[in-house]
Amino acid sequence: METLMAYAIGVLFGCAVYMMLRRSIVKLVIGLIILSNAANLLIFAVSGMTRGAPPLIPEGMQLPEGAIADPLPQALVLTAIVIAFGVLAFSVVLIHRAFEVVETDDLDQMKDTDT
Amino acid sequence: MLYAVLSGFLLAALVPLVHRSAGQFTGWLLALLPAALTVYFASFVPLISGGEVLGQQWTWFPGMDIHLGFTLDGLSLLFALLISFIGTFVLIYAGGYLKGHPDLGRFYIVMLSFMASMLGLVLSDNLVALFVFWELTSITSYLLIGFNHESEKARKCALQGLFVSVIGGFFLLVGIMLLGIYGGSFSIVELLNSSEDWFSAAPLTLLILCILGGTFTKSAQFPFHFWLPNAMAAPTPVSAYLHSATMVKAGVYLMARLNPMFGEEMLWTVMLTLFGGVTMFVGAWLAYTHTDAKKVLAYSTVMALGTLTMLIGIGTEYAMIAFAAFLLGHSLYKGALFMVAGSIDHEAGTKDLTKLGGMRSLMPWTAGAALLAALSLAGVPPLFGFIGKELMLEAVLSAGPLQGLVVALAVVSAMMTAAIAAVVALKPFYGPRVETPKQPHEAPLAMLAGPVVLAAVSLLFGLLPGVPETLLVTAAVTAVAGMPLDFYLSLWHGFNLPLLLSVVGLTGGAILYRYWDRTREPLERLMTRLDRFAPETGYFRALDGIIWLCDWQTRILQNGKMGNYMIVLVMTTVVIVGYTLAAQHGIQFTLDWQDINFYELAIVALLMVTAVYATTTRSRLGAVATMGVLGFMVALIFILFSAPDLGITQVLVETLTVILLVLVLFRLPGFARYSTLFEILRDGFVAVSFGALMTVLILATLDARMFEPISSYFVEAAYPEALGRNIVNVILVDFRSLDTLGELFVLGIAALGVYSMLKLRAEKLND
Repeated sequence: METLMAYAIGVLFGCAVYMMLRRSIVKLVIGLIILSNAANLLIFAVSGMTRGAPPLIPEGMQLPEGAIADPLPQALVLTAIVIAFGVLAFSVVLIHRAFEVVETDDLDQMKDTDT
Repeated sequence: MLYAVLSGFLLAALVPLVHRSAGQFTGWLLALLPAALTVYFASFVPLISGGEVLGQQWTWFPGMDIHLGFTLDGLSLLFALLISFIGTFVLIYAGGYLKGHPDLGRFYIVMLSFMASMLGLVLSDNLVALFVFWELTSITSYLLIGFNHESEKARKCALQGLFVSVIGGFFLLVGIMLLGIYGGSFSIVELLNSSEDWFSAAPLTLLILCILGGTFTKSAQFPFHFWLPNAMAAPTPVSAYLHSATMVKAGVYLMARLNPMFGEEMLWTVMLTLFGGVTMFVGAWLAYTHTDAKKVLAYSTVMALGTLTMLIGIGTEYAMIAFAAFLLGHSLYKGALFMVAGSIDHEAGTKDLTKLGGMRSLMPWTAGAALLAALSLAGVPPLFGFIGKELMLEAVLSAGPLQGLVVALAVVSAMMTAAIAAVVALKPFYGPRVETPKQPHEAPLAMLAGPVVLAAVSLLFGLLPGVPETLLVTAAVTAVAGMPLDFYLSLWHGFNLPLLLSVVGLTGGAILYRYWDRTREPLERLMTRLDRFAPETGYFRALDGIIWLCDWQTRILQNGKMGNYMIVLVMTTVVIVGYTLAAQHGIQFTLDWQDINFYELAIVALLMVTAVYATTTRSRLGAVATMGVLGFMVALIFILFSAPDLGITQVLVETLTVILLVLVLFRLPGFARYSTLFEILRDGFVAVSFGALMTVLILATLDARMFEPISSYFVEAAYPEALGRNIVNVILVDFRSLDTLGELFVLGIAALGVYSMLKLRAEKLND
C-alpha cells in the first residue's frame, strides 16, 4: 500500500507546486491546501501503514493486544493538521485583506510596494 | 591572568553605574583598573626577566582543542605592560578631552572592552582564542573610530577600518586553521616547541601568506596603510591608544610571536623585510607631505610599524634587539605625541600645523612634553628613541640580500622622521604667535598627566638604558628570537657606521624641516596627481564593485516575483536531492500490487483525480469542492489505516476549510488566465519533476528503515503512567503536552491575526 501512496503523494506534491506557481492568489491558497495534505500523507505513509489496528488499549488491559499502528507519527500528523488549518485560515483572510487594499489578485502586481 | 583579562570586560559592564555616581572623576576612577593591572604585570617582571615563561589554561571547547590558555613571556609581558600602562593615562586623558560629552560613558565602555581584548590578544596561548580577541579589537576599534557617529566621515572611516581588518582577519583565520591542521596544535607554545617536520607536508606558502594577510592589514602595512590615517576620525585618546601603542601593534605582535617558527623561511623574511621597508618609507613620506597634526602622527606610526615589520624580517640578533627597543620607544613617544596633538586641538581649536605657532608660553608643560617626545621620535640622544634608532640602523646594515635597499630606505625615512618630529614639536609652540580659532590655555591636569609621564619615561629610559634592558627588553628579545641573546643597551656605541648614518639622518631632517613651509604647495600638487595610484583608490573601486554586484544579483535573484523564488527553490532541491539519490541509491519505480485492496485503490485514484482536477479547472466552485473531496479522501485513508483520531480531525478541519473558502474566496475575482503557454509548460515541468522526486524519495525510504521506531516507550507507558487508553491522545496531552501548548499558541495567534485583519481597518489616507 505504501508504494501506491508514494505515487499519490507525488501527484499531490506536483499539483501543489504547480498551483503555487500560478499568479492568481486564490490558486496559491489551493496549492497550499494540497501541499499540507501531501505532507501529512507523507509522514503517515513512510512510517508504515497498518490496517485495522488503531493504537488503543482495550478496557482492563495495561498494553494493547497484538501489533498496533505506530502512534507517534499519528500524533505528529494530528498536530500538523491543526496547524495547517491555522495557517490556512490566516492566509485566506490575509489574501482577502490584501485584495481589498491593492485591488488585484495577481501576485506579480502585488510585488510593487506602492499601493 | 584570566581574571586580569576579564576584569576589563567586567568593569566595562559596570561603567554606567560608575559614571552616574562619579561624574567627571570617572576617568580617574576607571584608570585605577589599568593602573592595578600595570602593577600586577610588573610584579611578574623579576620572574620573566629571569627567563621563566608562565602559563595558565582554562578548558573552553575541549573537543576542538580550543582553550583559554594564557602565556606570559617576555614579549607578552612587554605588550601587556604597555597596554595597561598607556591605557591608564589614556583613560585619564579621555576624561579631560571629552569632558561633558554626552556619550562619554559609552566611550569608557568601549575603551575598557578594547583594552581587555587587547590584553587577551597578547596573552593568549591558543591561536583560536587569540583570533577571537583579535576580532574583538577590530569591532571595538570600529565603535571607537565611529564614536562621533553623527558625522558621516567618521562612520565611513570606521567602516573602512573594519572592512580592511576584518578581511585581514579572515585570511588570518585560514592561516590559523592551516597551522592547527598541519602543525597539530593550536597552542602557540606547543607549536613553537615542536619540531618543524610538518613544514614539508604543509602548504607553507599559502599558510604564511594567509597569516601575513591578517597581520599586514591589522598593522597597516603597505598597501593597506590607508585605513590608519583615516581612523584618525576617532577622538584623540583613541588615536593615542589604538592607533599608536596597541591595536596596530597586534599584527606586529603576532609576527614577532611566530617569528621563531618561520624565521628560517625565505618567503617570511623577504616579505617582511620588503613590505616593512616600503611601508617605513611610504609612511615617512606621507607624514612629511601632510599638515594635519594627527595625520602626520598617523603616517609616522605607519613608518614605525613598517620599521618593526622590517626588523622582524631581517631577523638577525641586532634586529631582534632593535625590534624590542624600537617597539618600547615608539609606544612611549607616540602615545605622548598623540595626546599632545589632542591637547593642541582641544585648546587651540585646530590641528593644522600651518595654522599654529608660538604657543609655548601659553602651554609650557604640553610644549615640554611634546619636545621630549619629538626628540625621541627623531632619535636624538639622550632619549630612548635614539637607542632604538641606532640599533635599527645597525640591524639594516646586516640585512643580507636586501641590504642596499633597506639601508637607503631607512636613511631617507630617518631624515623625514626627524623633519616631521621637528614640525610636530616646534611648529605649534615656537616661532611667531599665530591666531587660532580658540584662545589656548594650558591643558588641564587630566590631559597633562599622560604626555608628561610618557615623555619623562622616554627620557629616563634613555638616560638609564640598563633599566628597561634588564627588566623588559632582554626577555622580549628572547621570546622573539626563540633563544636567549647576550647584549646590553647603551647610548654610546662609539664612532661607527650607524652613528654616522644617524648624524646624516638628523642633518637631513634639519634641512627638510627648514624647507617644510616652502615645499607645501608643490607637494600638495604632486600628491593630488599621485592620488590616482594610491591603494585607497583600489579600495573605493572594490567597494563600488561590491555595490554593483549586489545591485545586479538583487535585480536578478530577488525580483519580488514569488513564482521565480519557488522555481529556484524547488528546482535546486530537485537537482541536488535527485542527483544524490541517483548517485547513491539509484532511481527505481516500483509498485506492489499484492498489498492493495480494491476499495483502497479506488480511494487513492479519486484522491489523485481530484488533485489534478483542482489544478486544471477554471471554476472556483469546482476547485473548492474538489478540495473538500480531496480532504475527505485523506480522512478515509487515515481511518482505513488505523488512525481514527486523524480521520475525525481531518473531517472536522476539512469541513471548516470548505466553509472558509466559500465564505472568503467568493469575494475575490474569478480565476483569470494570467499565464502564457510557455509559463504553463515551464511550471508543469517543475511540478512534475518535484512530484516525481517525492515519489522516488518515498519509495527509497520505504526499504531503508534503519532503526526501530521509538514509540514503544509511549505504547508501554500510556496506561501505567498516564492512565489513558488512546495512545495518540496520551502522547499529545501528556508526554508531549508542551508541544501541544505551543500548538495552541500558534492557533491563538492565527486567530488574533484573523480577527484583527477583519475588524481593524487602516483609515484611508485620502479621506
